[in-house]
Amino acid sequence: MELIDLLIKIALIIVIFVISLVVAMYSTYAERKIAAFFQDRVGPNRAGPWGILQPLADGGKMFLKEEIIPTNATSFLFIVGPSLAILTACIGSAVIPWGQNLEIGGRVIPLQVTDINVGILYIFGVVSLGVYGIMIGGWASNNKYSLLGAIRAASQNISYEISMGLSIIALLMVTGTLSLGEIAKQQHGFWADGYFSWNVFKQPLGFLLFIVCAFAETNRSPFDLPECETELVGGYHTEYSSMKLGFYLFAEYINMFISSAVMATLYFGGYNFPFMDLIHSPNLVAILGVVALFIKIFMFIFFFMWVRWTIPRFRYDQLMDLGWKTLIPLAIANIVLTGIFMTFFK
Amino acid sequence: MSTFYFIAFLSIFFSILVISAKNPVHSILYLVLTFFTFTIHYILLNAQFLAVVNFIVYMGAILVLFLYTLMLINLNKEAEPVKPFMVKIAAVFGGGILAVALVSSLKLLGVSDPVVLKNPDLGLVKNLGKVLFNEFLLPFEISSVLLLSAMVGAVLLATKEKETKATF
Repeated sequence: MELIDLLIKIALIIVIFVISLVVAMYSTYAERKIAAFFQDRVGPNRAGPWGILQPLADGGKMFLKEEIIPTNATSFLFIVGPSLAILTACIGSAVIPWGQNLEIGGRVIPLQVTDINVGILYIFGVVSLGVYGIMIGGWASNNKYSLLGAIRAASQNISYEISMGLSIIALLMVTGTLSLGEIAKQQHGFWADGYFSWNVFKQPLGFLLFIVCAFAETNRSPFDLPECETELVGGYHTEYSSMKLGFYLFAEYINMFISSAVMATLYFGGYNFPFMDLIHSPNLVAILGVVALFIKIFMFIFFFMWVRWTIPRFRYDQLMDLGWKTLIPLAIANIVLTGIFMTFFK
Repeated sequence: MSTFYFIAFLSIFFSILVISAKNPVHSILYLVLTFFTFTIHYILLNAQFLAVVNFIVYMGAILVLFLYTLMLINLNKEAEPVKPFMVKIAAVFGGGILAVALVSSLKLLGVSDPVVLKNPDLGLVKNLGKVLFNEFLLPFEISSVLLLSAMVGAVLLATKEKETKATF
């Protein structure tokens, strides 16, 4: 690889990293503002105009708080926990296609860090690794509430991974590829060959299953039982303070951002938007595509928050019932239906 | 080649740590690292699909369940069963015999010809799927039936005790 290509890749990685952090930061602000709107309050409005500097103030507070490691905690793993959580949250963005190729001065710049041909499985692997951060942190705290939170996180993650995988299988049958770049390319425009080209119209049930599982995998309400404060104090992060706690909270928002990006790419056309063929400049299409992708991502993030402030938390047995007795049979039925449809109508 | 030796060293190093760690939870975490080095081995062999599946299934699912079980049972120094002296002697003796058998079989081992793959991209999903569903269809189906029967058996064992009524 040429040096300039390498530099471009590194720049792209840094830009994506910074964007995920900034989006995660402002998601905390958006979450509080949206919660305020839903509850007929004003929300944070003191730091800067409309409280726009609130995330910076929160971050500063997190950094400056006293750092406490409990005496009986396993101190090394206590530090590893939040580090792993933030690491696994960040590495998922590597395979997401953020836009079509840009062309500047005869040089093609792909807006995707790497298009490995097992992209979906990579995302899946990163998701399944994400639970280690919570489990290690919860166990190392040497606190019963933390341990219960960690155990809940593990069993919830394992259970919902299955139906998530099964819903992806049905999608793979339609697309015929595991590469995210290829899947985004297939959903070009909005209307092709007499039908919608976005996968959500080909796999409506699969999308529904996927989004429910995404809520469970990111530990968002109504599936936020690992940190259920009504019975577990703070769940797995009970003993954490300062920036280590900040990392856990931050990892949740980054996960939300990445899973929104994955859902937008897999089901909602990624960087494609209606009437994109009417624009003739390819660079303009690429840039508008990035904007379209981010609009879709923000809509998903809003949906995550909307659900959080609307639906109450599940009870633990209800959560397991939903995962094992409803979602998995539905996902298998979806695979069978997709197979039948593909055999007889194509 | 040097990458291979480095990763191979790491695999062996972490697997020794698995059995020498005092705390069972630490053992599992070392086992996670060991499996991660296996994933890198698969990538070095250009078997991307196997690498990712190893990553998802072993690191992401099976070891999480191991960790889950270990966190549930209370493993203290007091709870550890103390084995009688004779059993320890027998274990040392058995281990020694196993080592002798291994060393003698290694001595007899001839250097085999390296397998040269006809298709170096065999590990990619598309080629692997074609091979699995054409050449090795019967073993593939039989192993899936085997897994299914194991699963049904596990469900049967779990549902037999109606009185205790597990919640999940």
